[in-house]
Amino acid sequence: MPILKVESLRKNYGTLTAVDGISFDVQSGECFGLLGPNGAGKTSTIRMLYGYTPRDSGLLEVFGLDIDKGLREIKRRIGICQQEDSLDPDLSVRDNLIGYARYFAIPKPEAERRADELLGFFALQNRAKDKIMVLSGGLKRRLMLARALVNQPELLILDEPTTGLDPQSRQLLWEKLAELKKQGLTILLTTHYMEEAERLCDRLVIVDHGRILVEGKPAALVQERVGHSVLEIADPDQPLRDFLAREKCRVEDLGSRLLVYLDHGDELFLKLTREVRAEGCMLRPAGLEDLFLNLTGRELRE
Amino acid sequence: MKWPTPSQISARSLRVWQRNFSIYRQNWKISFVPPLLEPLLYILAFGVGLAVMVGELEYGGEKISYTTFIAPGLVSVAIMYNAFFETTYNSFVRMYYQKTFDALLATPLNLEEIILGEMLWAATKSVIAVTLMTCVISLCGFFSFPGTLLLIPLALLGGLLFAALGMICTALVPGIEMFNLPIFLGITPMFLFSGTFFPLQNLPNWAQVLAQFLPLTHLVTLARGCSLHVWSGDLWFSLLYLLVATLLLLPLAIALMVRRIVV
Ligand SMILES: Nc1ncnc2c1ncn2[C@@H]1O[C@H](COP(=O)(O)OP(=O)(O)O)[C@@H](O)[C@H]1O
Ligand SMILES: [Mg+2]
Repeated sequence: MPILKVESLRKNYGTLTAVDGISFDVQSGECFGLLGPNGAGKTSTIRMLYGYTPRDSGLLEVFGLDIDKGLREIKRRIGICQQEDSLDPDLSVRDNLIGYARYFAIPKPEAERRADELLGFFALQNRAKDKIMVLSGGLKRRLMLARALVNQPELLILDEPTTGLDPQSRQLLWEKLAELKKQGLTILLTTHYMEEAERLCDRLVIVDHGRILVEGKPAALVQERVGHSVLEIADPDQPLRDFLAREKCRVEDLGSRLLVYLDHGDELFLKLTREVRAEGCMLRPAGLEDLFLNLTGRELRE
Repeated sequence: MKWPTPSQISARSLRVWQRNFSIYRQNWKISFVPPLLEPLLYILAFGVGLAVMVGELEYGGEKISYTTFIAPGLVSVAIMYNAFFETTYNSFVRMYYQKTFDALLATPLNLEEIILGEMLWAATKSVIAVTLMTCVISLCGFFSFPGTLLLIPLALLGGLLFAALGMICTALVPGIEMFNLPIFLGITPMFLFSGTFFPLQNLPNWAQVLAQFLPLTHLVTLARGCSLHVWSGDLWFSLLYLLVATLLLLPLAIALMVRRIVV
């Protein structure tokens, strides 16, 4: 039985369709990614999972419980780290955790024990007495995540956990999430950072305009849809274009830059640098970002 | 609009109350100052400054001093202010700026319980304020016992009523600066024309009729009757008014907040 089952989920805001028939499931112990550009419908999907936003249609089951019947039970057993910080500015760091535990009817001594444990895990012990106002963005995120774990959830839901963080904070959060995953926690994560998805997600879907474009394991998807490696060429000239045409390569023309998708090996790259030109040519492994941009397009989003 | 059903509400509402209470307790020393000092200031200003010009007035067939007349009015105004300002400005800040309700919605609580918890807390603030004020005013000798003790359940009832009114405003205003409107059009006229500072009989007939629709009028009637031991049948009518209004407005406030927040 999957931990989370989503079937034909739909949500409209007036005439705008934010989620347009999304289906996926999350298995126990895996980290599942919901990737998409801004406005793709990630947050709307997450919000329907815990009843924050009512859905227009579709089926939602968490822990095998129908969300309409078992919402309280579901909410007791999941941890949610929302996209926007919602820490309590009137309370200290530690009291944010203890206060939150109250809503789950966790007895005070147990809540204090868990709060201290989580402060330790997220390296927040030294800030335990601080007010929220003085915390940096990275510290607030860590506390948000710690708070989402205070009820010892069986499923952790994270909506863009590292957006807007500096590289150091992001690395630390990734380490902590990897550690939680290793302990067997099931995680559902939304992001538009490909590196995050590549590092953490066992499986993922890429969504845009409220629809799933592709689903699978990140490495396999890249191999299948993009290829083995990508040859980037700056300022291409005519002889170079002629060469690529003769070799029948898959070329994406961005004007001042060409992207050549290669299925295997580096023979073509070697041939190109030997016979045509070497400067401005760079060979790199294909990645999730190539797939993401191919699927969702290169034009700017909201 | 979706009306709340009793099955949606559980004791979890008290967790919201508890959150607000624990934060109130952190600064209780500051929170206690206004209800303790305010009645003294008013009694000083009106009792010393104004009462000499007004002299005595007749209430319930007896002559009483002007200060005695307004003391229950002050208590009633405190009930109104404490609850109304809590569910307007303070609840709005928690809902809109601090995202407190968002955080709570990720726990087993539902929105109906959160809103009810907020209103229960606001009414509690009225009760705390009235308790403190009553101590001060009683020490000055203006109130009669045991009737004055009824001010405490009255504060709870009136507090709930004004908490619901405030929450309705919170559900309807687009932004926090818009609270000026219900305050200017509703709260301030009530403060002045509900029999707080002068007997309603002084007003022209049509205004007396209008005043009967104001909830503060009935709160003042009850507070004055209880604390000065002037018992009359009117009190029952006022109590009925407050009970019915509260029972209607509490679910209405919840329903309007649900309509605002759930999209
Ligand atoms: N409360 C709302 N009212 C109206 N439109 C909304 C609301 N929330 C989101 N939307 C719209 O729905 C679409 C999907 O938004 P969202 O789920 O937040 O996307 P994401 O989280 O992927 O960035 C966007 O076009 C957004 O503007
Ligand atoms: Mg989002």
